[in-house]
This record gives sequence, C-alpha cells and structure tokens, in this order.
Amino acid sequence: MPYIDPHIHMVSRTTDDYQRMAQAGCIAVTEPAFWAGFDRSSPQGFFDYFRQLTDYEPRRAAGFGIDHYCWLCINPKEAEDPGFAREVIKLIPQFLAAPNVLGIGEIGLNKNSRNELAVLEEQIALAAEYDQLILVHTPHLEDKKKGTRLTLDAIKRNGRLDPGRVLIDHVEEHTVKMVLDEGYWAGMTLYPDSKCTPQRSADIIEQFGSERLWVNSAGDWGCSDPLAVPKTMVEMRRRGHDEAAIARITLDNPRKFLSQSPRFRA
Amino acid sequence: MNATSNETSPTCPLSRGRTMNLYFMEHRAKLLDIAAFLDRLDRSQPSFPEPLDDVRLAAIHDALAILGDGQPERVRRILELLSDPTLEPAPKAGEKGALGVWPQRQPASASSTSSSSTSR
Repeated sequence: MPYIDPHIHMVSRTTDDYQRMAQAGCIAVTEPAFWAGFDRSSPQGFFDYFRQLTDYEPRRAAGFGIDHYCWLCINPKEAEDPGFAREVIKLIPQFLAAPNVLGIGEIGLNKNSRNELAVLEEQIALAAEYDQLILVHTPHLEDKKKGTRLTLDAIKRNGRLDPGRVLIDHVEEHTVKMVLDEGYWAGMTLYPDSKCTPQRSADIIEQFGSERLWVNSAGDWGCSDPLAVPKTMVEMRRRGHDEAAIARITLDNPRKFLSQSPRFRA
Repeated sequence: MNATSNETSPTCPLSRGRTMNLYFMEHRAKLLDIAAFLDRLDRSQPSFPEPLDDVRLAAIHDALAILGDGQPERVRRILELLSDPTLEPAPKAGEKGALGVWPQRQPASASSTSSSSTSR
C-alpha cells in the first residue's frame, strides 16, 4: 500500500533507507530543516544546508521513485541567539521559490525560552508574509505540554494564519486534544524511546478520530526508524482497522494538508 | 486493583480477550524491565548526588500508582505528571536536552509505599 512519510530527515539517512522505504510503499517524503546534532558556526552553514534540501536530496530520492519535498527555517535548538537566527531567517526567502519547498518548518520551541519564542514569532510572521504552510516542532518530554501551549498562543497572537494551514508535530496523549480542538493539524512521531510508538499512535487514532491527523517517522541521526510509518499500518491492520482507515492516516491526510501548497503533487 | 476501567467507552476494534492475547506477553516483558531497573539501582554502587533521591525515581513511583488506580487515561495522566506545569517562558534556554521529568517536580507520594532502598 502506498504511503507518505511527511516528516523525515533524509540528509541523516543512508541511500539504503531510501531503497527500503520505496520497497515498503513510500511514494513521497517531506523533510523539515532541523538541528544537525551540533550548532552551525555561521549562517553560511545554513545556506549550504538549504541547498542540500532543495537540490541534492530531491535527486537522491528520485533515484528510488520517491518525491522529496522540504521545509526551511532555523530550528529552535539554534534559536537562542536572536542575532544569529535573524541572519539565517534572511536567507530563507531566496529559497522559497524552489520547486520542492512546501513552507516554513520545523519551527517551534525547545526549552521554551524567551529568545526561542521571539524567533518562533518572527518565523510565524515570515510564513504569513509569504503565504507559506507551517510545520511546527513541539518540545521534548517534560517541556512538551508547556511548549505546545506557548506555540499555539504565539500563532493566535499573529492572527494572520489559518490553523488549517499549520501542522503541530510530535503530539502525544497530553497535547493532541488542545491541538485538534483549536483547528490545527496534528502529527504523531514514532520513536523507540520518546514521543509515540506505533501502538500508542493507533490508540490515539481510536480515541480522537482520524481527521487532521497523520503519522511520521521523523527518522534522523538518532535512534529512529525510517520504516515506522508502515509499521503503524501493520499495527492498525492487526487490530482490524480497514484499509481505507489506514490509508486515511498514512496517505490521504498528508496529501490533503500538503496539497495546500501548489508545489505538492504526490 | 482494577486493571481496566469499566467506564471507558469501547473505541478499539479488538475484543478485550483478543487485546489481552495480542499484547500481554509484550507488556509482561516491559513490566519486568521496570522491576529489573529498580533492582539494578539497588545493586549499584553508591554515588553523589544520590540518585535514589532523584526526581526521576520519585516520578516512576508516582506513575506506578497511576497504573494501579483503575482510572482511565493513564498515559495522559502520567505524561502530565512528568510535565512542566508552568506557562511563563524561561529566561534562558540553558541545556538543549530534556531530563524526562520536570526538575522542580514535587513527589505526590512523599510517604512512599515501597520499603525497598529505592524508595524516597
């Protein structure tokens, strides 16, 4: 069955992963800009990263019949220095016309600091100015609930964004309701040690329904699984969910949200 | 102890019997992993600061109480038990990583029911 992994960091994965994902049915990925595991020493480092996301990586994916799309931003882990962050933000508009760019992401908060929040608000404003979709990272572990609340409030304060054009990612049982209740899309990330498992994501679907909800692997350089989405499909199937319900979460919903960008064609 | 709440409306397509058969062994193993972790802490060498006073251990004990209370939404309640409940932005980001438990959390069960050396 075809599926889309709408959040995965393929720059951190091997070409073998593309091959295995294609064999499992992956037809498209979207890759948000994120933290490399170390802080870049200059804005130029981001310029090269954005070139990788908009030029090299789509060609590598195409070798396996997978469409590659991306999101651009400065991530919250490198947003504590607003001066540095603003230099990176200035680089983004020149890349927004690239054929695989879907919007601004993954912006958000990491430690819920004032500077992170200020940079988040500036990138929300950038998305509004250029009429871009937004993909939001919510913080890890004990910081998630507070960070999710602060993020939703920041988007509301901006006042220029339709919640239906914003995906709030990494939701769990204590944040999914507030995200869906306020009209946003919600992403469940499947990690072995944090965020959701395939089983818990199926639990959330059963309790909250499948409207405005998707799953992703967020595969990166840490402990993660680029086949987590098809494993969730298997989990739903063994519980007795029908194929249409499985396709809604793993193919139809990503298509519906992402197709709000005219560049998305998968 | 009630294992499940009778008040929860059925949303999972599986019957309770089928759910038990499909998932029991996997979660039996996870339960034993928690027990083995607590035993390992008991057997570990003393250190300073003493991890037996660690906010993370207290949170595990409080989370275990939620598992046994027979009330629904255990996952949400445990996640909230581990979370920062404040809403004021932090003055600075500090370390990039997260601990897994809000460091200022006060244990809900100051008089622990456990008599092992891993209790607070």
